[in-house]
Amino acid sequence: MQPLRRTDYDFTTAVADHLQFLYKMKVNLKVWRQKNNNTAGKLVEYGLDNISPDMSFLEMFDVLNGELTRKGEEPVAFDHDCREGICGMCSMYINGRAHGPQTGATTCQLHMRSFSDGDTIVVEPWRARAFPVLKDLMVDRSAFDRVIQSGGYVSVNTGSAPDANEIAIPRSVSDEAMDAAQCIGCGACVAACKNASAMLFVAAKVSHMAVLPQGKAESTLRAERMVAQMDAEGFGACSFTGACSVECPKSISLDHIARMNREYLGAKLTSENMQG
Amino acid sequence: MELKSKIPEGPLAEKWTRHKFGLKLVNPSNKRKYDIIVVGTGLAGASAAASLAELGYNVTALCFQDSPRRAHSIAAQGGINAAKNYQNDGDSVFRLFYDTIKGGDYRSREGNVHRLAEVSVNIIDQCVAQGVPFAREYGGLLANRSFGGAQVSRTFYARGQTGQQLLLGAYSALSRQVANGKVKLLTRTEMLDLVVEDGKTRGIVTRNLITGKIESHSAHAVLLCTGGYGNVFYLSTNAMGSNVTAAWRAHKHGALMANPCFTQIHPTCIPVKGDYQSKLTLMSESLRNDGRVWVPKTKELANQIRKGERKPTDLKEDERDYYLERRYPSFGNLVPRDVASRNAKAVCDEGRGVSKTGLAVYLDFADAINRDGRKTIEAKYGNLFEMYEKIVDNNPYETPMMIYPAVHYTMGGLWVDYNLMTTVPGLYALGEANFSDHGANRLGASALMQGLADGYFVIPYTVGDYLATIGPADKLPVTAPAFREAEQRVTTVIEKMLAIKGTKPVDDFHRELGLIMWDYCGMSRTAEGLTKARGLIKDLKAEFWSNVRITGESEELNQSLEAASRVADFIELGALMIEDALNRDESCGGHFREEYQTPDGEALRDDADFAYVAAWEYQGDNQPEKLNKETLEFENVKLTQRSYK
Repeated sequence: MQPLRRTDYDFTTAVADHLQFLYKMKVNLKVWRQKNNNTAGKLVEYGLDNISPDMSFLEMFDVLNGELTRKGEEPVAFDHDCREGICGMCSMYINGRAHGPQTGATTCQLHMRSFSDGDTIVVEPWRARAFPVLKDLMVDRSAFDRVIQSGGYVSVNTGSAPDANEIAIPRSVSDEAMDAAQCIGCGACVAACKNASAMLFVAAKVSHMAVLPQGKAESTLRAERMVAQMDAEGFGACSFTGACSVECPKSISLDHIARMNREYLGAKLTSENMQG
Repeated sequence: MELKSKIPEGPLAEKWTRHKFGLKLVNPSNKRKYDIIVVGTGLAGASAAASLAELGYNVTALCFQDSPRRAHSIAAQGGINAAKNYQNDGDSVFRLFYDTIKGGDYRSREGNVHRLAEVSVNIIDQCVAQGVPFAREYGGLLANRSFGGAQVSRTFYARGQTGQQLLLGAYSALSRQVANGKVKLLTRTEMLDLVVEDGKTRGIVTRNLITGKIESHSAHAVLLCTGGYGNVFYLSTNAMGSNVTAAWRAHKHGALMANPCFTQIHPTCIPVKGDYQSKLTLMSESLRNDGRVWVPKTKELANQIRKGERKPTDLKEDERDYYLERRYPSFGNLVPRDVASRNAKAVCDEGRGVSKTGLAVYLDFADAINRDGRKTIEAKYGNLFEMYEKIVDNNPYETPMMIYPAVHYTMGGLWVDYNLMTTVPGLYALGEANFSDHGANRLGASALMQGLADGYFVIPYTVGDYLATIGPADKLPVTAPAFREAEQRVTTVIEKMLAIKGTKPVDDFHRELGLIMWDYCGMSRTAEGLTKARGLIKDLKAEFWSNVRITGESEELNQSLEAASRVADFIELGALMIEDALNRDESCGGHFREEYQTPDGEALRDDADFAYVAAWEYQGDNQPEKLNKETLEFENVKLTQRSYK
């Protein structure tokens, strides 16, 4: 334990009690292993018996990878970075659910206390045509970047902004924009959808900018372009089942999809820019 | 080496304006003849890449993550400072300047800090124009809150996700330039070497993290926007991938590393639970606006709590010690971070810490909830409370949070002049990667401000001065021998690492390094401890290069190889941090040498001997580095013992 330093009380007993409480779960993992995009993958079983309920799900994978490395086997590749639920990098499909059994949380925020001693846990990568597997549990989500590049911005150059308080924006509007802007771009919505649709992701960005006065000028063009790019990337159609919103770690609401549909329809009625 | 800071002459408030006028310009039609590489896509990198592309330069932006939006700026919670004085509470550019210089314990440059305060107001305008949904009052105007080290409300915020919203703003500007064809974006790409020839930066060598391919990229200038090196401590609030590799490899090519021992230990993080722990989670400083910090008054009471005999909510007012309010009545719970952290450590060292480990203090919202109602507190901090509950499994609305300091930010970094250029011509460092603005301690909500100031409003002016001097023809093709040699250097190191085939995983080395750094070069330091750590690090380095086990190959996606290459650099950086901490025989800001303290335990500076920037020059593998000094000139503030009492 890192920051333990000698102090003038006896913490050894306290730590021992604590450690006894730790390290007690057993889990049986079935993990998707795939060398690269050109090779077929399969589920491989691993048993772990020294798991603390206070560990995060990814820390449990750190333990597994440590053991595999010591045995000379290749550790499991998985995406992760901030480990506090905001960067959107972690992306495990756990027991048939994006980011696992907890709602409103990412994989890195899932703790082993959500499982029971002796559980079997199946861990797979996001499954979607637009998210090809790179290795093991890592997928390529650059399609999301390309969707944003197609129109997910306000066209304003550095230095040309008016004073920040020049336009008053009602708090309710600003809050609504923030609700949508919270999206972390993890792709759980796509993984959760039976059609692998990216509607919630795209709608969150369209909606964030459409409700704010700064984004109004380009709002129809934006919706049109982003939807076109979404289709080009091979994401599926939306059948409005709402699975995306349920599994979204930021609980982004389906209302944004409705708003995007309105923006998009408006765009189609007035479009001079695109075909279709 | 003579360090030319290039701080302009003239009155403080006119320095930047005068300097901008004196800088050479590249005319609009010539900008397209220049190539600039931006390494890292956090606030500094994304804002720089977007702004330079808007001006017409050809930009290549790269990040090791799968998307620019993942950069760790995204995790900043509390806010961004700006001297807007929208609250009419006495704020001004000079006050923000003064607070930052004082907060940094007088170890930063007046000129840089004043410029930062000046451009802070433009940042807020820019971000709002991009659609960043900052918090607003009911009337529709922007809201502010207070942060440590300030007595005005100048912090703008977007719930507890300010960094995320600012980064997404910069990322959207960057994405727009990718679509315009002015930025070439390389994701999952890591810089592994810098190419310097004829004394100028020529480009970089990278590894494609998916294929393992080593590639060269040529440019007229390279901007390192690679963040801080807090992960040298293994446990920190940084992201798992945050690393020093790009900066360190530049250091080996002649970029001096300044004040590396200046690290910030953030006072409010979730305490360590077990040895499996991979990272520490920050609880925003903004919580100290409403939360009261306390520990039990006596060791006996603390013991009862640790044993679970009593609950914190059972303790009566006179059994509690609100030690920050008691010691610092005027700033109270909002003292700067270094002061709050040291005090938490002190009360835990006295045996009054809580949690089973004894290494935690309380941050209590009961009074705020009684005063303002649960709803108000929920609106302000709801997502932070939720995050806390997910990790600790404890409801902070009902029982006080437990917090403990953790490594959060590094004030030290690559030495840069006023133009943000390092000691290697054509190589720049922006944001947390440089050393210039925060001295020995950074104030809360100032990191976002600095990253965006450097990227949006400083580098677009200063880089042109260099480019206009060298001219567009002064560039090497990637087929030049200098690039071939650099690729060979990189390949050789990778092969050497893979050939070790030892027994110990990389993470084990990283954890051991972290323990050494935390114990001897963390919240408090002594000459004796640092000397001991010097030996420990030397042994660790030797063991790493003889016993690390990396599985897999180099020409494939290989996360253990990535980690090993980063840890190898962290070990070398750790050794330099220890030398820097040993050299600085004073206490200032986050650098607390136990030998140098006031009678009541505050940091005791030695301005006569240490009012300088320690800039270290690499001398070769395993050679002691050479110390260069840049004397800090103070013309506008009087150096005093910091007091927050």
